[in-house]
Amino acid sequence: MHRSSEVKHLASDFNTRACECFGQPPVQPFESHCPVLTDRTVRVQLKVLKVKDGSVFFIRVKPDRTGVVTDGVKHSMNPFCEIAVEEAVKLKEKKLVKEVVAVSCGPQQVQETIRTALAMGADRGIHVEVSGKDYETLGPLQVSKIFAALAKKEQADLIILGKQAIDDDCNQTGQMTAALLDWPQGTFASEVTLEADKLKVVREIDGGLETIKINLPAVVTADLRLNTPRYATLPNIMKAKKKKITNVKPADLGVDVSSRLEVLKVDEPPQRQSGVKVETVHDLVEKLKEAGRI
Amino acid sequence: MERFADEADVVIVGGGPAGLSAAIRLKQLASQHEKELRVCVVEKASQIGAHTLSGACLEPTALSELIPDWKERGAPLNTPVTEDKFSILTEKYRIPVPILPGLPMNNHGNYLVRLGHFVRWLGEQAEELGVELYPGYAASEVLFHEDGSVKGIATNDVGIAKDGSPKDVFERGMELHAKVTLFGEGCHGHLAKQLYKQFNLRGNCEPQTYAIGLKELWVIDEKKWCPGRTEHSVGWPLNRNTYGGSFLYHLNEGEPLVALGFVVGLDYTNPYLSPFREFQRWKHHPSIMSTLEGGNRIAYGARALNEGGFQSIPKLTFPGGMLIGCSPGFMNVPKIKGTHTAMKSGMLAAESAFSKITDENLQSETAGLYIPEYEEAFKKSWIWKELYSVRNIRPSFHNYFGLYGGMVYTGIFYWILRGKEPWTLKHNGLDADQLKPAKDCTPIEYPKPDGKISFDLLSSVALSGTNHEHDQPPHLTLKDDSTQSFSCVYEYVPLETGDGMRLQINAQNCVHCKTCDIKDPSQNINWVVPEGSGGPAYNGM
Repeated sequence: MHRSSEVKHLASDFNTRACECFGQPPVQPFESHCPVLTDRTVRVQLKVLKVKDGSVFFIRVKPDRTGVVTDGVKHSMNPFCEIAVEEAVKLKEKKLVKEVVAVSCGPQQVQETIRTALAMGADRGIHVEVSGKDYETLGPLQVSKIFAALAKKEQADLIILGKQAIDDDCNQTGQMTAALLDWPQGTFASEVTLEADKLKVVREIDGGLETIKINLPAVVTADLRLNTPRYATLPNIMKAKKKKITNVKPADLGVDVSSRLEVLKVDEPPQRQSGVKVETVHDLVEKLKEAGRI
Repeated sequence: MERFADEADVVIVGGGPAGLSAAIRLKQLASQHEKELRVCVVEKASQIGAHTLSGACLEPTALSELIPDWKERGAPLNTPVTEDKFSILTEKYRIPVPILPGLPMNNHGNYLVRLGHFVRWLGEQAEELGVELYPGYAASEVLFHEDGSVKGIATNDVGIAKDGSPKDVFERGMELHAKVTLFGEGCHGHLAKQLYKQFNLRGNCEPQTYAIGLKELWVIDEKKWCPGRTEHSVGWPLNRNTYGGSFLYHLNEGEPLVALGFVVGLDYTNPYLSPFREFQRWKHHPSIMSTLEGGNRIAYGARALNEGGFQSIPKLTFPGGMLIGCSPGFMNVPKIKGTHTAMKSGMLAAESAFSKITDENLQSETAGLYIPEYEEAFKKSWIWKELYSVRNIRPSFHNYFGLYGGMVYTGIFYWILRGKEPWTLKHNGLDADQLKPAKDCTPIEYPKPDGKISFDLLSSVALSGTNHEHDQPPHLTLKDDSTQSFSCVYEYVPLETGDGMRLQINAQNCVHCKTCDIKDPSQNINWVVPEGSGGPAYNGM
């Protein structure tokens, strides 16, 4: 609350001074309408998720049916998270945000994913160490608690995440994070624009496109059409090795990662049965009756 | 547009057994002698091991030299060979052949491994020592100094659309310069192809000959599983004049897993022959089907392998670079093992490179270092002796009796004389020249895949996890449009206008096996590297 009143004060001060100088309503470029953004540190916090690569077609269910085999399966950054990283880096390139921090929760291997985000342009990374059984049961609720705690600690103003992970398709983390922080949310974003100290978000919804304006700080989740992520080029991967990644444990943030959910069983989808061709509508009705459908 | 350039002491192309062994050896020597050495490995697969495919039955000799405490370090050699079987198959029967000690296919002391996992483990060892590994980046160009010596490599430009125009995400590749560059691209590497021409490295040796290896991983019924059992066969379904055979290894990795596959020499003459369909057909042999029934196929892949052996070894060093591993080709064909020799060649290259680079008094004639010491060390090593002793086995198949003549020759000259006969048999020439015209050959009636034991090609390719960014120029380039006969990627489709056919290249399906580049009779196909991290996504193949 203190911050927003300070902001208003700065903005009105600036405008008054400008009017005095030019004797007319100021028509300034976008940036100077928001001294708030260039003066204070706007931290964008990204959630970067390592998932099984989307092109791996053959996923096997573990013999004990508690999950799928992940050992050795090609993993890469969640495609929606790539789009989130790209959007944050674009905002930084337009000088609308000061620092981009990439965060990932998981075992040692997620450091590779954070490095990819750093290579795309993030400034530094935070690795929240979660491994073993805890990692297998890590879900949206625990991640959003971690995120909410980090957002407060890092004093972030904007959190951008992918809309959902392609392995569990939960589509919950962004929304839960916003609720825990009591921040507004702009989900399924296909366009994000900063206007004064508000965020204009165009959302992809079933009926078409919905445009909303939300206050900062806020949570945004990226949808497919938001942008096309850039390649992490080799020189940037090499430079990214010099950028800092800090390690943090969930306990340090006061978050309990134990799960309230228990996976009972994981099964492969049933084998697709072949269909039956019928000659007449009468045959169709008969067959449906036989199958107990009508 | 300028390319970003960086310098290393040694750049290694290819993160396979040879490349990683070289990297590890370099860093071991650097730490031993308290010197700083920057070693970078570029690898086209998205992760180390993802383009690795092999049987594989590993002879641990080179590994024990490189990392003596490999067991304590958790190397994934989990399955020592317990049973070794060799047989000749006929359509219905299986004739066992005794494996006498001393024969090349005796596997006592060896391990059945998932080579992809082994390579991944080697990668971890390399990173621990400070090697910079860059998977997902393909070396697409060799760079030269003005004096003609090799300066390093460049990775390919990315973000190019199918029609060649730059997309929004276009980025130029990067140049990596080095004092010496090691090329370990595996069998029939595309940069090696250029280097052979540039430095005339094949002037004094026979052309390389190849085979294609196809492999599947199956989870079988536990009752049929015998971890450590190693089976090889020759004969059916190939005729006596087509070189090839099968392998079936029972792995001990926690679940009842078998690795099985089929190898066909690429000097086959009948254009109707399909190595893939021979493989699928072989699985229906009663002795094989009994193992597979009730099981599930979980992986598929294919890769060319070299068979030229001793006679086809090119010159290995040139100003600024050296060739290591299956790229020049050190496979012991009768043993069907090339990993141990690939690793050793990487180690020898590393040792000679290290002494040259750290020699403060060195006056090099060329900007890129020329290291003939590698070739000298190679000729004194056990690789040379081993390959020399088996040099006549593969060429001995080129006789009227084909397979049987070859087996008789092996029995007499190898088992008794250990390859000491004074003559060296020649190969038959280029594989690409062996195909007879279709009109002179009989079409082969292949059975339809049954979907349980045998499968069609497209569903198999899907199982390899192959993917390429679809909007990029095809990496299978033709010097000019003509008849091609490989169906994994190349197909003739009816023209939209209705009359005639046109060649369609489905480059997205390519598993990077390189067979088309090798076997094409017109040598029209030139395989070049696609955008990095595309290709198959093998897991422990």
